[in-house]
Amino acid sequence: MGLAAWTVVVVVLTGASLAVGARVIPLHDVWAALDTPDVTNSNHVIVQTLRLPRTVLAVVVGVALGLSGALMQGVTRNPLADPGILGVNAGAALSVVCAASFFGVSTFYGSVWFAFAGAALAALAVYAIGALGRTGATPVKLALAGAALTVFMGSATTALLLAEPEIRADIRSWAVGSLAGKDMETVLQMSSFVLVGTLLALVCGSALNALALGDDLARGLGQRVAAARAVGAVAVVLLCGAATAVVGPIGFLGLVVPHVARLLTGADYRWVLPYSMVIAPAFLLLADIIGRIAVPPNELQVGIVTAAVGAPFFVWLVRQKRMVEL
Amino acid sequence: MRVPDAVRRRRSRTATVIGLLAVALGVTGCLSVSVGAVPIPMSSVPGALLGLGEPRHVTLVVDIRLPRAVCGLLVGLAFGMSGAIFQSLVRNELASPDVIGVTAGASAAAVLMIVVVGAGALQLSLAALVGGLGTAALVYLLAHQQGISGYRLILVGIGVAAALSAFTSYLLLRADITDLRRADAWLTGSLNNRDWEQVAPLALAMVALVPGALVLRRSLRGLQLGDDAAKALGLRVGAAKGAILVVGVALAAFATAAAGPVVFVAFVAAPVARRVLGNGDLALLTSGLFGALLVTVADLVARTAVDGVEMPVGVVTGLIGAPYLVWLLVRTNRSRDLA
Repeated sequence: MGLAAWTVVVVVLTGASLAVGARVIPLHDVWAALDTPDVTNSNHVIVQTLRLPRTVLAVVVGVALGLSGALMQGVTRNPLADPGILGVNAGAALSVVCAASFFGVSTFYGSVWFAFAGAALAALAVYAIGALGRTGATPVKLALAGAALTVFMGSATTALLLAEPEIRADIRSWAVGSLAGKDMETVLQMSSFVLVGTLLALVCGSALNALALGDDLARGLGQRVAAARAVGAVAVVLLCGAATAVVGPIGFLGLVVPHVARLLTGADYRWVLPYSMVIAPAFLLLADIIGRIAVPPNELQVGIVTAAVGAPFFVWLVRQKRMVEL
Repeated sequence: MRVPDAVRRRRSRTATVIGLLAVALGVTGCLSVSVGAVPIPMSSVPGALLGLGEPRHVTLVVDIRLPRAVCGLLVGLAFGMSGAIFQSLVRNELASPDVIGVTAGASAAAVLMIVVVGAGALQLSLAALVGGLGTAALVYLLAHQQGISGYRLILVGIGVAAALSAFTSYLLLRADITDLRRADAWLTGSLNNRDWEQVAPLALAMVALVPGALVLRRSLRGLQLGDDAAKALGLRVGAAKGAILVVGVALAAFATAAAGPVVFVAFVAAPVARRVLGNGDLALLTSGLFGALLVTVADLVARTAVDGVEMPVGVVTGLIGAPYLVWLLVRTNRSRDLA
């Protein structure tokens, strides 16, 4: 039931995202633009070339980030896990910048592989550092390892960008996390990666439930712990890497959404994953719409809106008693 | 009264380390004045400082290289001491002003001044100070829950810093190109093109803050024993904490205002200083001197590593500092489990 309701919310927000902006386009015009596009009608052109790719992108990126957040929290058994906090975004960013400055790679298909590699390496490094010691990967250790590597990779990224001022302007707006100005072709290319990641993620549900009980119990239940973690990690890298390669690092969405999903449906990952998958696009569409109308005539990048909403949520989460004892 | 041997040995070791650091600073200071696009031989540096020798060299030394060297030295000193203060107060080596959001707050306020007001050096310093203090207060209040837990403070700081850096990015995206250049160079932590006008506020602040920090050393040592023990020692815990926090934040904020957030100096200096001294000392001054040495050396590297490019010093300190943080995490994770 809840899933259906959230799907309706996503559809409504999709309509709103097509209609709202610097120029408000009435809904029947939006429908006409999708149904029978007319190249001489400026409203139709706006919907077709600007708002449609942007809206589809928001939905796909939302699905990717919501799922990857839920997966990360499940695989690491860590309520603070988020691609931003654990340094995965920064790894993808550094790798994309390396690709642009050393190899002159700037197309989506070129840079997405670098983004994957960077995301995977950063995730591995953070997990390896955070998991040392007897208690394994506690939330605090992972968050600190993530923060450390984020600063390091940030410095390296800055150093590279300083040497190549011309790629700087592009990278700057990318580095904040923005949905604007992408064409439909890029969006579709990215969707294929997200689709594979989504399928892998949804398979993981019951394995994550077992992992939540602890490695020993999970093994006792006949779960192949290492294999489950590996599949989850591959899905995270596919989802985060593809999303980050196109829109840049969008923080906090992956952190907040799984918690909302858990509030609505309980701790069962077979439900948390699909819920995260529909709640995240709703949040991202809403954040993007807010960003478009908050400070006319300018736009707020969606990454800024999600950080503004997500950071207080992170602080609230840290203040929970349960967290402190973890 | 006879001073115990252990204490005397500790004091003489501290004095030796401080002496060596001062010598090293003197040497790197002279080097940083003499090295550059127009090399000035070391032998004519002292003369140029006194206004003797070639007039061209005098201008170069007095108006361009000296402010830069002094700025680097003071910034390092301030960050080093600030780091030592925070780490001792929170009793956690990760609690440097970088990590808990003080520098992020100072940066956000300073960029706001650059982009929206187009402020000069003095207003920039004030804004950074207010931003840093405000953020510290906010983080402290948010982390307060029947007392302060070190890790909660750090995690809340990470969250607040993330929100503030999103705000900074927003300001940068709206900035026009000249403001952007200025804000950008400043944000990476740079000593390029410092002049006396920018150094003056920091220098004045340091004249007040360094003695202030040294005076508060005694209360800080008491607070390290825990709130109850400190109370039993007759310390007014709330007031002492407040005063120490203000001094620590002010040091970080003034330094940030002068050179931008030179990452990791505050973080690295104090643990290194404490390890070199090898005793339970607070090592405020030693940390400060280590910080100063780190910034001066890093700036030399940043200026000379790549021909024709003056990298901001913050890039170099970040590349040195972050692996150290990782190493620290690895080591503490192995030896005693956190949290």
